[in-house]
Amino acid sequence: MSLLEVNGISKAFGGIHALDGCSLAVEQGSITGLIGPNGSGKTTLFNVITGYERPDAGTVTLRGTDVTNASPSTIFGLGLGRTFQIVRIFSRLTVMENMHIAVQRRGVRSLLRRWTAPDERAHAQELLDFVGISHLTDAPAENLSYGQKKLLEFAMILIAEPRLVLLDEPAGGVNPTLAAQLTDRIKTLNQRGITFLIVEHNMQFVMSLCDKVAVMHRGSLLTEGTPDQVRGNPAVLEAYLGD
Amino acid sequence: MPFNVNPAELFGAVLDGILTGTVYALMATGLSLIFGVLDIIDVAQAGYVILAAYLSFVLQGVLHIDLFLGLLITMPLLFLVGLAVELAFIRPLKRERTQLSILVTFGIGLVIEGVLGMAFGTTEQGLQAWYVTHGFQIGNAYVPYMYVFAFILAVVLIAALFVLLYRTKFGRSVRALMQNRTAAQLIGINVERVSAITFAIGVALTAAGGMAYGATTPFNNNSWYDLITRLFAIIILGGLGSVQGALIGAIIMLVCSDVTAVVWSPVWSSAVFFLALVLLLLFRPQGLFGRVATRKQ
Amino acid sequence: MKRSLNPRLVKIVWPLLLLVAAILFPLVFPNPALDNIAVLTLMYAAMATAWNIFSGYTGYNSLGHSTFFGFGAYVIALISVDKGLEGGFSLFLLVPVAGVVAALAAIPIGWITLRTRGHAFVVITLITVFIFQLLAFNLRGFTNGSIGLFLPAPGFGVDWFLLPYYYIQLAILVLALLTSLYIRSSRYGLWLLAIRDDEDRAEGLGVRTGTSKLIAFVISAFFVGMVGAMYAYFIGSIYPQYVFDPALTITIVLMAFLGGVGTLAGPILGAIILETAQQYFSIYAPTGLYQIFLGALFLIVILLMPQGIVPSLARLWTAWRVRRGAGGTPVAPERQPVAVEKG
Repeated sequence: MSLLEVNGISKAFGGIHALDGCSLAVEQGSITGLIGPNGSGKTTLFNVITGYERPDAGTVTLRGTDVTNASPSTIFGLGLGRTFQIVRIFSRLTVMENMHIAVQRRGVRSLLRRWTAPDERAHAQELLDFVGISHLTDAPAENLSYGQKKLLEFAMILIAEPRLVLLDEPAGGVNPTLAAQLTDRIKTLNQRGITFLIVEHNMQFVMSLCDKVAVMHRGSLLTEGTPDQVRGNPAVLEAYLGD
Repeated sequence: MPFNVNPAELFGAVLDGILTGTVYALMATGLSLIFGVLDIIDVAQAGYVILAAYLSFVLQGVLHIDLFLGLLITMPLLFLVGLAVELAFIRPLKRERTQLSILVTFGIGLVIEGVLGMAFGTTEQGLQAWYVTHGFQIGNAYVPYMYVFAFILAVVLIAALFVLLYRTKFGRSVRALMQNRTAAQLIGINVERVSAITFAIGVALTAAGGMAYGATTPFNNNSWYDLITRLFAIIILGGLGSVQGALIGAIIMLVCSDVTAVVWSPVWSSAVFFLALVLLLLFRPQGLFGRVATRKQ
Repeated sequence: MKRSLNPRLVKIVWPLLLLVAAILFPLVFPNPALDNIAVLTLMYAAMATAWNIFSGYTGYNSLGHSTFFGFGAYVIALISVDKGLEGGFSLFLLVPVAGVVAALAAIPIGWITLRTRGHAFVVITLITVFIFQLLAFNLRGFTNGSIGLFLPAPGFGVDWFLLPYYYIQLAILVLALLTSLYIRSSRYGLWLLAIRDDEDRAEGLGVRTGTSKLIAFVISAFFVGMVGAMYAYFIGSIYPQYVFDPALTITIVLMAFLGGVGTLAGPILGAIILETAQQYFSIYAPTGLYQIFLGALFLIVILLMPQGIVPSLARLWTAWRVRRGAGGTPVAPERQPVAVEKG
């Protein structure tokens, strides 16, 4: 059983069929890339998987549970974290406060307790360190540069200890050095058991990182395979150039 | 509870509702237009209405200019006021426009209330003319001429507005802006200019609304609270951002209130309407024609 | 090397000093006119603080808090009239009762109004005040309509009759402040602030947005209801248009904005400034001037100082201290010379 199964998802906006019978499987422990020309439906698929959009048809299964019509918070609670194309963090809070929002603690008492409880804080600090922005812990999030904000968003997802992480254009708008460090971090996390599904336009990023690549075109899956297989596939090239 | 269902009275109430509803529609349309284009709620809209009522009062009382002719002065005047307000107080709002615009426009409304209070005191006024005090009979219902004239005025202005929106280049820009601000910018529409002019048009429309309001209801500088609440209720009912919604909402509201006044008691007319609005929102938070607030992705 | 004050100590000492000053105030200045203003100021401060707990933190600007003020006022009036109670200290026991009733009313009202967002929400809350004003006018058998209701005379001695009101109201304000502080420093408070910044993102991260908002709304209503009851007892008579008054919420919103939304001291500062001004205007100024003043103040504050006085002052203070070399709180400089990321 795959970690994430998407079966025959269709979604139309007005007359536009963003997704048309799209099916995809993500295996536990893999790093899967999702590429395709603009308008192929990648972000819409992400939105459907994470509960921000309801599909018109099809199912989404996460660890065997049907999450097709579940809300974003339920899905997040089931261990699926997601970043956005345009980074979404809480600007008026500090970096550390942002981290604490994402912590998944149960129970009313966890809400009332002062949030600077040492074990929570240490774990968050560790993650900030891992992504490389721990020196900005108490800075207001709005003061961070765009790349730093992306790292913060990444860290926020991680503190919830997800099983599957969906990254929507993580390398978008960041310089090569940062992209390389991101690749590094993702590989480390993958070794610790976290599965990744990554939408990206940056081919170098995708090819160097992913063990499987899926190509979308006009709302459904065109083909999938290893990076080399996909690179050599003429249909893929045509999809990009033809549109 | 004695329900009085008298067909003649009912007819009179419905007629009344449609006539006055159209005047309210005129005022609410301005609000809707401003919201659709600038994405702000102009609380001061009711303030401009009362201001216009007082202006008509002065023009008629002091200069003896007929109320309708006076519009030739008050409408351009209010258009300029609208331009000035937009430039000075609305445009500078960058961050948190949504919240702050309500407070800013409320501030403007307060200032208007204060100025009018200082100039005219708090005694209630009413606009006078032969057509206000005289009317005619339709069946059992008595209709002051003013209601009909105001209705005609409102229809003419609303029609003119629709022509402007759907048949002119400017109107196209306005509609584009209402649909998608960023896209409009990208195709070269001067967003700031269109916004300013639209705002000014919205305010200019209140000149007509104010004159009609002042001729049909006693008013003083305090009246804007009640009026803005009704206008709000209308555009919420119709759906924020929908100009048709404002029209239909206004007619529904006034007809409901007038019918309730006749069938049950005048005391309950507004209350029933507001309660009905709340009920509607339970099942349809976006109103009749409003856009559903989709989850931001 | 100048030794700067321990900031934690300063944070505790300042409020304590102010509290002591507040406690001593009516004793040091027994002028009844002045103390009258002081009691009203405390009422406004408490309401502005309560408003802040909901609207300041979640960003949902409610213009409907007068609804709960009215609820509180009518509860205490109706009970004391119905039971034929006499004035005195025991009547104050109805104040928390009024608060609870207001809070209970806030549950359905909040549940309905919170189904909307942004503009629609603001407008709905304003309409709510009018609905209840109309109900208060029209349910004459219950509320006595426009005739109003009268509360029993307190029977306190002429010399000191203001004091019980003053101290109980002060206690309510302190309670509201402590609640606000507690929320601010808890994770629940972070949730509310996250809702203000990006509600959908917060929900996607597991924040229970619906429940959080409603709870803050109810807590806010509780305090406002208590102030409503205090006001009713203080003034002695209530009428629908004065206790269900939209201008009231507007005033407390302005107080919160003037002082600084989302801060603790802000609403209090705003209340002090505005209430004193209001009293001054009502006595010395011609009709209408107060509205002009209030409106102009609104415009000035929002256009020039949208953060409010307290945060603006705080920023100036920090900037001054940094320039003096005293250190100040660590803030990320614009450019970080690190290996991570530059742009």
